[in-house]
This record gives sequence, C-alpha cells and structure tokens, in this order.
Amino acid sequence: MKIRMKPSAIVWLLLAGAYFIIPLVATLLFSLNKVSTGTCCSAHAYGTILHDGAFWQNLKTSALLGVETIAISLVLFVPTIYLVHLKLPKLRPVLAFLALIPFVVPPIVMVIGLLDFYKGSPSWFYAQPWGFLATAYVILAFPYMFFSLDAGYRAIDIHTLTEASQNLGASWARTLLTVILPNIRAAALAGSFLTLAIVMGEFTIASLAAFHTFPIYIQGIEESEAYPAAAVTLISFGITWAAMLSLLFIGRKRGARGALIAGAR
Amino acid sequence: MPFFAYAALFLFFPAAEVLIGSFKGVHGGWTLSNIHSLFHSPFREAFVSSIKLSLTTAAAGCILGLAIAYAAIRDGTPRIIRGIITTFSGVAANFGGIPLAFAFIATIGNVGIVTKFLSSDLHWNIYQTKYPVFGSFTLFNTFGVGIVYMYFQIPLMLLVIAPAIDGLRREWREAASNLGANSLQFWRHVGIPVLMPSFLGAFILLFGNAFSAYATAYSLTAGSVPLVPILIGYYYSGNVLDNPHLAQALAFGMFVVLAVMMLLYIPLQRRAARWAK
Repeated sequence: MKIRMKPSAIVWLLLAGAYFIIPLVATLLFSLNKVSTGTCCSAHAYGTILHDGAFWQNLKTSALLGVETIAISLVLFVPTIYLVHLKLPKLRPVLAFLALIPFVVPPIVMVIGLLDFYKGSPSWFYAQPWGFLATAYVILAFPYMFFSLDAGYRAIDIHTLTEASQNLGASWARTLLTVILPNIRAAALAGSFLTLAIVMGEFTIASLAAFHTFPIYIQGIEESEAYPAAAVTLISFGITWAAMLSLLFIGRKRGARGALIAGAR
Repeated sequence: MPFFAYAALFLFFPAAEVLIGSFKGVHGGWTLSNIHSLFHSPFREAFVSSIKLSLTTAAAGCILGLAIAYAAIRDGTPRIIRGIITTFSGVAANFGGIPLAFAFIATIGNVGIVTKFLSSDLHWNIYQTKYPVFGSFTLFNTFGVGIVYMYFQIPLMLLVIAPAIDGLRREWREAASNLGANSLQFWRHVGIPVLMPSFLGAFILLFGNAFSAYATAYSLTAGSVPLVPILIGYYYSGNVLDNPHLAQALAFGMFVVLAVMMLLYIPLQRRAARWAK
C-alpha cells in the first residue's frame, strides 16, 4: 500500500520534530564539548558526573524516596479504592474530585502550607526527606495512582472475585493480597512508574524545604559547570524515558490504561 | 478510613493553614490588608504577568498541539508516526523543570549550540537582532520562559486531545459529504462543535499547568522573573519578608485563580465525555 500523506500534515510534523529534537541534540553536542577548548568531542563531562560522589548520593536519595512514596501510596490507595469500588460506589466521585485537588493546590502552595503547618514538629519528620518529603510526594502521586488503579479495578469483576474468594474461606487481607492484587498488577505498576517519574524530577517542594535530592543536585551543577550540566540533563532525560517506556510496556497489558501525565514543572 | 485521615493531615490542614494565614495580620488578629495588597504593585504585576504567560502558552499550546495531533492522526499518516508521537509526548510532558531549562540554555542560550551555529555560519546573532513587534530576544525573560514552556504544553495538549480527535468518527465525515457538505461545512457544523468542550477543557488544563510551574522559570532566570510562584519561592527560601502572611496571600491568590479554572473545567469535562467511545 502506498502511503500518501497530506502536505500540510508533513509540514506540521516536521516543524514539531524540529522544535522537540533540536534542544536534545544541542544538549548532547554541548555535553560532548571539551572543557579546555569548548569544541567537540570528549566524554569528559560524563566522567566528571559519574565520578562525582554527590551525583550517586542524590540519585540514591531520590530513588529511595521514589520507592518509599510508591510503597506508602500502594498501601494507602489500593485498599481504599478497592473498598470504594466494592462497597461504597457513591464515594467514587468524591475520590475523583479529590484527585483534582492537587491541580488547584500546586506544589508551591502545598509546600508552604506543609512548612507552616508542621513547623516545630519533631526533627525525625520535619528535617528528614523520608518524613516530610515522602508524605508530600504521596499527595502529589495520588491523582496518577487514583486514575491508574481506578481503571484497573474497573477492568476486572471485583464483586465475583471477592465473593468467590470469601466463599472459599479467605479473609479480607488474603483476598486483597492473593486474589485482587495480582489482577490489578499492571495498573499498580503503571501508577508506580508515573510516581517514580514525578519523584525523580520534583524540584519545587524539595528546594523550598531545603532537602538534597537529584533535581537539586542538577540545579547546583547547572550553576557551576556547564558541560557536566548538559551531561546530567541528558541522564535525567534518560531516566524519564526509562520510566515512561516501562509504563508503555505495561500499558499493553490489560487494565493499565487511564494513566495520565505526571509533572515536574 | 486511613486514606481520608492522610488527606486531611497532609493536604487539607496545610492548605487551610495557608488560606487562614493570608487573612492574618503581622501582629495577629484578622485583616484583609494582605489580600488588599495583592491588587497593588508589585504583586498585581506578578499576577498579571503570570496570567498572561499562562494564557498565551495555553492558547499557543492548544492550537499547535491540535494541529500536530490532527496531522498525526488523520488518514494518510502512517500509524507508526502516531505511536512515536504519543510515546514522545509522554516523555516530554514529564520532562520539565531544571533539566528542560538547561536543555534550552545549551541550545539557544548566550553560548548555546544553535546560537553559536547561527552567528558563526549564518552571521546572524539572535541576541543582537531587533525584531519587529518583539524587540530584542532573550531566553531569560517571560517571553523566553514562554518558549520553553511550549516544550511541555504542546505534548500535554497532544495527549489530552488525541482521544477527542479519535472520537470524530470517520462515518460522520462520510455522512456529511454524502449529504453534500464540503469540508468547511463539516468543520463548521460537526467538527468544531464536537471538539469544542475537549478543546476548552484542555485549554484550562494547560493554563493551570503553566500557572503552577515553578522549577523551569526559576532555573532559567535564577529566580528573577516576576511570576507569582517565583515570588512565593523567593519569600520562603530564606529571603526575609516583613510580613510572612503576604506570601500566604499570594498562595491564596493562586488558589483562587486555579479554583475558578477548575469550576469551569468540570462541566466541560462532562460535555466532552459525551462523545467518548
């Protein structure tokens, strides 16, 4: 079959391609510049980053924060949304409305609220990323987790599954863990990857609450060293790609639709 | 349920703290003076430029995003292109903040790759040229910030509008042309009315997206551009303000703008859902 594209479609797609690809290519070329001469090509900038202890330190902090946020979110949201679907369908619109609230309360407003409200709370919470930041990130993750999980639960027949499991004598916990969870695994994973992408890129809250995470590290490098900054920019882009490609890969399976966009703006 | 307790503790109470705080005076007691000062310099200007930036990037993002989405989805374009664009949009919509700002600095900053290429090979120094209408170009004011915002605004539009374009069924187009309608009449009476709720809903989403953005503008301009989130950040990251409740009032102002947007969004969302498969 011969493909015939409309000329206007070709023009639009080429323009879009240029706008979106040129900055990436330029960043790549920039990162390959030699520090001494400012011309191409040397991988020195990448070496600088990869041999920087602070890079690994902050990357680790952000990755662990991501895992912690995902764990808390799943423990909190999976049973809640399950219960709402099974017993309290009237509450579903309430949850859907709650999922829109982080849109009305942007991170910059959320962080000053949290800072004021928890001022004077114990330092194991207030001064630790594992306390303060993780709790804030769970709120940021809620909309994405909700829309993923909600779609996941809707794709399976939870009433029949639950009844069957209860008739066979399983407890609630057992039903949830061994019957329901495997069936919504794709949705839970999709929500988790989006959450990971958010946490790995979140700057506003971490910056105002003065924690050291991966995006804060990138900002610091950008202010001091140009070529390594380009290198770490591309590394960060690669991490987002990895998270989104994993999401897409799971998305082919049943029940993972409904996931939207995350944001680190 | 523990979930609601969590939402109360880490979302509602802190948000309420900000809202209540914005009505408090420096020495305690209730006052409207903080809210009042939002309508005066420099806060008024900050709101005006924040809203202007959000409106223009949302409008441009919606129009360009729609054009690109339509070009990618319409008959004749290979399906693989749509797949590539959707995947890339997913990444680009998430690739915001600090790295995005730097990618543009490395591209069209003062010593960016494209800037250098244009000046050395084409003898066109983009920073010293006077342009009609715009004047001189710099990446580090609201205009530059707007250009960078398009990098996440357009992909967001692509992701949001693609299902609506899918909803424009081919049968409708065929039915219209069987009834003797030309392409203009199809758009006038079928295409635009069906797409309109989704389009306006997407516009609000893009507006909020730009209005709440902090990291990109902060990183690009080192916190010097007068946008509302940047001002709030400035006052909270150690810069002393004689009245801490002013920052809370700024936050309250953001909240009001976004809440109004949300109230417009919900009914549009309902209407848009009508044509979804």
